[in-house]
Amino acid sequence: MADRETIRDAAPVTSGEPDPFPRLVRPVQGRLVAGVAEGAAAQLRLDPVVLRLAFVLLTVLDGVGAVAYAALWLFTPREPYEGKEPARDWSQVASYAAVGLALLALGWLTGARTGGIGAWPIAVGGIGSLILWQQADPDRRRRWMSTTVGQVRRNRVRTFAGLVLVVVGAIGFLVATDELDAAKPGIVFTLVVVGGVALIAAPWLAGLWKELQRERRERIRQEERAEVAAHVHDSVLHTLTLIQRNSEDPREVARLARSQERELRNWLYQPKQDADASLAAAVRRVAAEEEDAHGVPIEVVCVGDCPLTPELSAMMQAARQAMVNAAKYSGSSVISVYAEAEPEEVTVFVRDRGAGFDMDQVPEDRMGIRQSIIGRMERHGGGARIRTEPGEGTEVMLTMKLEKA
Amino acid sequence: MSAIRVLIVDDHRLFRSGVRAELGDSIEVVGEAEDVESAVRAIGELTPDVVLLDVHMPGGGGQEVLRRVLGAGSQVRFLALSVSDAAEDVIGVIRGGARGYVTKNISGRELTDAIRRVAEGDAVFSPRLAGFVLDAFASSEAPPIDPELDSLTQREREVLRLIARGYAYKEIAKELFISVKTVETHVSSVLRKLQLSNRHELSRWATARRLV
Repeated sequence: MADRETIRDAAPVTSGEPDPFPRLVRPVQGRLVAGVAEGAAAQLRLDPVVLRLAFVLLTVLDGVGAVAYAALWLFTPREPYEGKEPARDWSQVASYAAVGLALLALGWLTGARTGGIGAWPIAVGGIGSLILWQQADPDRRRRWMSTTVGQVRRNRVRTFAGLVLVVVGAIGFLVATDELDAAKPGIVFTLVVVGGVALIAAPWLAGLWKELQRERRERIRQEERAEVAAHVHDSVLHTLTLIQRNSEDPREVARLARSQERELRNWLYQPKQDADASLAAAVRRVAAEEEDAHGVPIEVVCVGDCPLTPELSAMMQAARQAMVNAAKYSGSSVISVYAEAEPEEVTVFVRDRGAGFDMDQVPEDRMGIRQSIIGRMERHGGGARIRTEPGEGTEVMLTMKLEKA
Repeated sequence: MSAIRVLIVDDHRLFRSGVRAELGDSIEVVGEAEDVESAVRAIGELTPDVVLLDVHMPGGGGQEVLRRVLGAGSQVRFLALSVSDAAEDVIGVIRGGARGYVTKNISGRELTDAIRRVAEGDAVFSPRLAGFVLDAFASSEAPPIDPELDSLTQREREVLRLIARGYAYKEIAKELFISVKTVETHVSSVLRKLQLSNRHELSRWATARRLV
């Protein structure tokens, strides 16, 4: 988005680094051999892939990489790590080994390996371009990729790389056994035949592939459409029928419309949450149920979220009672519920702009506020505060400290 | 005080006439538009004080109108009005340059009030928008890139919390022992941060919410 870009560019950027020179350590997480490359990459803010390739390249050249790696391994402390150590990604180790072997073969074939000094510019250039690649921002990198390799898929790149490795290996083998000259014509003709077949079959294969993709997309689209249709039928159409049947009762019509609106909104915009597991979902469910029961709109705003503990479940019951009171007695046209989950504390506000009341005038035996709200919160280690005055509306504030995990 | 001149941009004719009927005498509706093209044209011709802007419309939606009109250097003020509750829509039009966001179930009186506020250069936050903003600025443990723009002050947080709790500006002023003007200043400051902050959490957060 253009305007967003310009805003970003225009804003002053001051870099606030927490610790500019952290100590080099060898992390356990993400290591392939001993974590040297991973740690150094974090230090230099490079991708570990770059450093790993650099180590491999330097190892192929006179073994410098292996020596450097061993030295760093020796002098760098291991990052403290608790728990079971994650397993290494052996497939990555294997692919680096393959790259190393391929480079070895290449170096051996071209004589660069024994060339000593002559090979160094290649190494320096290679590592330099790797770092350059790494330092470019992702957008630019993507642009480079799209201009050079176009829309080639990742797995095709892998296939191609594999093919190159095999060919290089085969040539290396043939050279090693002095049979390259003898095998040359055979290889050339095989290549010609394979190329010819590929040329003939390519358009047909491409067409087949496209057709398959199109069918798959179509099927996914149809499944989605069927699901939406099913949902609309069960919810919206059903409610519309109910509204027609209750058209002489405006209150019921409003309630049905409101409840359907809420349900549709949740389906469209809210992340799927388990009302028995998350605070925000529980608040929304309680509000929805009381809204349906009393026909007064309840506006819910949630900030943050946390797992629902037994204490918070009790808090939900107190909040429900506060909503019931507001809906039944305040006469307010709308009730606002605000729930905020902070790291140490959860707060819920239930507010109406209705009649309000005088706290001192509430009879001792009225259980709603004293027992169901204040008493319940205090029994579970929380607190409740009620602010109200006749004509000023009522606000119930519930707080509950969270146990430190 | 002369009436505030308003242009209504929405692709539903029924909704446009409904809003027109609900607005008070202090508002003069100078025109209507039903898509991005006609909206941009009407804003250029009629130069309204405030544009009531629907978020979802054919031809790119409210954000496209914002981009084209504000991109051309116009000073017209926008109030987004939508049925959508999706966080990325809300944050999107605000970052696109709208000075407020209210949902379509707002009452006529509240809408008149919000239009007047936007016309005077203030910002209008609904409880839900206030909640989104609190969420967006809180949902990161990473240190801010620009401390001035990337975090809210204690006071701004308090004001937003009260808006989210359903308080009107006047009630907030009373609660915090400050003037209504000061409340407006805090909200405008939050709006500015929301529009200018380059912390990528804001957009990342909105994207994460899109995955329903």
